[in-house]
Amino acid sequence: MSAPFRLAQGGRIDRARPLGFTFDGKSYSGFAGDTLASALLSHGVHLTGRSFKYHRPRGILSAGADEPNALVGVGRDQTRYTPNLRAPQVELYDGLVAESQNRWPSLSFDIGAVNDLFGRFLPAGFYYKTFMWPRKAWDHVYEPKIRAMAGLGRAPTAADADRYTQRYAHCDVLVVGAGPAGLAAALAASAGGASVMLCDDQAEFGGSLLSETTATIDGKPAAQWIADTVATLRGRANVMLLGRTQAFGYYPHNSIGLVERLTDHLATPHPDMPRERLWTLRAREVVICAGALERPMVFPENDRPGIMLAGAARTYANRYGVKAGSRAVLFTAQDEGYRAALDLARAGVHVAAIADLRPNPDGELPAAARAAGLNIMAGTTVTGTRGRLRVSGATLGRLGLDGQVGQSQTIACDLLLMSGGMTPSVHLFSQSKGKLRFDETIKAYVPGQSAERERSAGACRGIFGLAAAIEDGFARGEEVAQAVGRAGGAVTRVAVTTLAAAPGVHLGAAPHDRDAATVKAFVDYQNDVTAKDLALATREGFRSIEHIKRYTTTGMATDQGKMSNMNALGIVADALRRDIPEIGLTTFRPPYTPVTFGAFAGTSRGQLFDPVRQTAIHGWAADHGAAFEDVGLWKRAHYFPQGGEDMHAAVARECKAVRAAVGIFDASTLGKIEIVGPDAAEFMNRMYTNAWTKLESGRCRYGVMLREDGFVMDDGVVGRMAHDRFHVTTTTGGAPRVLAHMEDYLQTEWPDLDVWLTSTTEQWAVIAVQGPNARKVLEPLVEDIDISAAAMPHMSVRQGRICGVPTRLFRVSFTGELGFEVNVPADYGRAVWEAIYQAGLAHGITPYGTETMHVLRAEKGYIIVGQETDGTAVPDDVGLGWAVGKAKKDFVGKRSLARAEFSKPDRKQMVGLRTRDPHDVLEEGAQIVANPNQPVPMTVLGQVTSSYFSAVLDHSIAIAMVRGGRARIGETLYVPMPDRVIAVTVVDPVFFDREGVRLDA
Amino acid sequence: MLLIPCPHCGERPEIEFRYGGEAHVARPADPSALDDEAWAAYLYLRNNPKGLHAERWRHIHGCGRYFNVLRDTVSDKITATYKAGEPRPDLPATEAAE
Repeated sequence: MSAPFRLAQGGRIDRARPLGFTFDGKSYSGFAGDTLASALLSHGVHLTGRSFKYHRPRGILSAGADEPNALVGVGRDQTRYTPNLRAPQVELYDGLVAESQNRWPSLSFDIGAVNDLFGRFLPAGFYYKTFMWPRKAWDHVYEPKIRAMAGLGRAPTAADADRYTQRYAHCDVLVVGAGPAGLAAALAASAGGASVMLCDDQAEFGGSLLSETTATIDGKPAAQWIADTVATLRGRANVMLLGRTQAFGYYPHNSIGLVERLTDHLATPHPDMPRERLWTLRAREVVICAGALERPMVFPENDRPGIMLAGAARTYANRYGVKAGSRAVLFTAQDEGYRAALDLARAGVHVAAIADLRPNPDGELPAAARAAGLNIMAGTTVTGTRGRLRVSGATLGRLGLDGQVGQSQTIACDLLLMSGGMTPSVHLFSQSKGKLRFDETIKAYVPGQSAERERSAGACRGIFGLAAAIEDGFARGEEVAQAVGRAGGAVTRVAVTTLAAAPGVHLGAAPHDRDAATVKAFVDYQNDVTAKDLALATREGFRSIEHIKRYTTTGMATDQGKMSNMNALGIVADALRRDIPEIGLTTFRPPYTPVTFGAFAGTSRGQLFDPVRQTAIHGWAADHGAAFEDVGLWKRAHYFPQGGEDMHAAVARECKAVRAAVGIFDASTLGKIEIVGPDAAEFMNRMYTNAWTKLESGRCRYGVMLREDGFVMDDGVVGRMAHDRFHVTTTTGGAPRVLAHMEDYLQTEWPDLDVWLTSTTEQWAVIAVQGPNARKVLEPLVEDIDISAAAMPHMSVRQGRICGVPTRLFRVSFTGELGFEVNVPADYGRAVWEAIYQAGLAHGITPYGTETMHVLRAEKGYIIVGQETDGTAVPDDVGLGWAVGKAKKDFVGKRSLARAEFSKPDRKQMVGLRTRDPHDVLEEGAQIVANPNQPVPMTVLGQVTSSYFSAVLDHSIAIAMVRGGRARIGETLYVPMPDRVIAVTVVDPVFFDREGVRLDA
Repeated sequence: MLLIPCPHCGERPEIEFRYGGEAHVARPADPSALDDEAWAAYLYLRNNPKGLHAERWRHIHGCGRYFNVLRDTVSDKITATYKAGEPRPDLPATEAAE
């Protein structure tokens, strides 16, 4: 397919490498070096999208990151689909598939465009005003409808098939932006050997110079100077060049986020290549050379396809060899616009008129235009445009001396260029928390006082003009080289020839003679905010730009108002008759352009999202068909189904086996901390509620740990291995928290204590052998430990060997049965487990999982911290008052326990609940009331915290926290459920072997 | 990401550390001597200054030690770090705290 708007020659595209692509299903062609925007324009395609609110036809407005209109979805299939890409930034490759967004059924015929006719009903803040009533309709009618009608692209429906990678890096100097200032800064900064990174979001370095065909630098064409400079930089080992790399965020202490696009421009990327690389960079010094963005003019109907920034049209002609139209009108307020008119005229575009808002344009560029025979209409504004899917004419009105529009005429055109002035890109500077300063001469914000080690160079700090920008780059580059102690001496300066431009000074709306209440003059294209919306907001009393922004949504689109913010400020300042700095400025936030979620996620996806912790015995459990559950990062065996059992059947069998014979359980995930030192017992005294001084070596104690506010934080059995050594266990999930809590007190409150804390969770495998036959199973395997009932009572610990390996053998029980916990070095865990299991087969040994462990402990009324407790329970609430050492002078949390609140009789206390129907298993979390007939909201007495069916008791059991619960034992309470009310009797929370005789077997 | 100079290990990125709240809040030597109000103040009342803040950080993925940092809560600028137990350096508030 021929491209009628492609120039026969010129530009940086490679005409020898044609590429095919589709847009909305239609095939087009382009060349290597094109963007999607330039290739579409070469076919005369301007219409690329529908606007957010009014569904107005929109075309390509810019040639870069500031593009608000031409947002497209790109990707062959859903696994590689990216919505909301800016067409001028999408590099063309062979086979690219792109589609427009926010239109139905098609781009040229869009039903939603009726919104445009009803625009008077959609003023600023319309959703606050129109959809107030009825309230319910907001959730079910208004919001879904508005969301369906408005909006941008759609999210892909399939998981992202690409890979993303991340890197950390350091450098002496980061230069952001490889335009004229950035190239100069990088040259100077790297001259003395400083490590320099230079990044630019485009595929090619050069920035604005890539669109430059007439200027010369150092006596050569701009393109040659770029090539030579890049070659010089590439030749320096201390310089790293990062193309296709957007510096998107400036974070504290000179930490910069960069995202590098690696494969998006390739037709057939190598399958091993990641799509993007996220760089987290720490630079000693940063030079921001972000350039400036052209401002559009704000005039009625300034949004039709074919209306474009002047600089963008110049870029399409000079860099991509594409005429953006055949017959152009330029509407400008600054000299810079003339550059486009001159270059387009040279490329064969008929420039029908130049409407210059200024009464006497007289710089070098207007003079050159005059000399070229272009029709300059000074003191002229644009009062409206014609055309539907493409601009077809512009109405130009002469401004009288009074500023009023006088005589007007309509000029036919298919391209209307706008040039309202230049806005320095201060985004990164502002993100760095530097203070902006309003420059009255250029009517723009420029960097003021810095907060970080950064400086700006060139157009991004209001230094316009090629020669000045390059000089500024050299100077700032020399400064940073000096700052990092790698000064390379003065860089040889270069001579620059180009036509000079006087800065534009127009901000806000252009004058017109239309009805201001009805015409749409767009300020923020992407969010469809017009000059009248902003005026309305000021009439309704809004004064601060922060409020006006949120009310009108100006600057809140995905482009964050790159194009619109300064014009919005101008309009608001005019309306309020105040100076721009008084209006304030909205905050610039990262990212500069949207960043793919994948880049942030990196490799943290799927199985790599979180580390998985497995015990030494995990493989055995997996081999024996265990169902696993996640407990924190751990995989724990939940239950061991046999022969098609469901969980209930398996748990019932496992529970009975433990109570009747013996069970084996992997308790390795228990947190373990070794506490050693002359002051170990004193430290334990201070950290736990219990008294430790008199605990003999070889004995264990159940310890309760509080936070300083008196609430139960953790619990676990502690064994005293020696006078100066404790083996502390914690809950599975609490281990890191408990260690950090201990370290905090040891390091910062009691540094005088001679104690050392070491996490040993991963060092010990823990095999619980529980049940009446436990001793019989272990006896033949244990060496040099007498585990007889007389020699090794409940709550004792011995050191010796088992199956030939060292062990710390605990006689403890979380089941209420005779039980041991065999600690062996983790490397031996599986071998010892297998040996015990083999030896146990003769005694009916049964492996059991965490579910059975939970049921067995609930039968005994043993709490689980975090299940019975919720961070507001003191020891007495959960029946652990006995564990608090009353005689101890102090321990963490003791003072809080003295609060009167904590001894009130109506606190929630732990009790058991018994249902009438033995097969009614209550729901954990269910609420408990005294009177189920009370109207909602009922008076809630508490909640069910643990509930199971006990196969051993053949009855359901439940533990609950109930207000004044201990005094209610014997009372009937009620658990209201959605379909019925369950009556329960309050009972003691110990359901099985209340006397504890089995423990001491 | 902050760059935090650990007094034991040198400058390290923020991800190696864990924040530990306000510094120089010493646990009373005899908590039982405090009335409820004074004890509640120790437990819960903390400064939240705009400007220079003395705070605890722990180099949890490094040396594991707690230490103190003087950080400006507006600019994030760190003006000093010092070991736990050492007094707060007497530094003037930075300009960002104005």
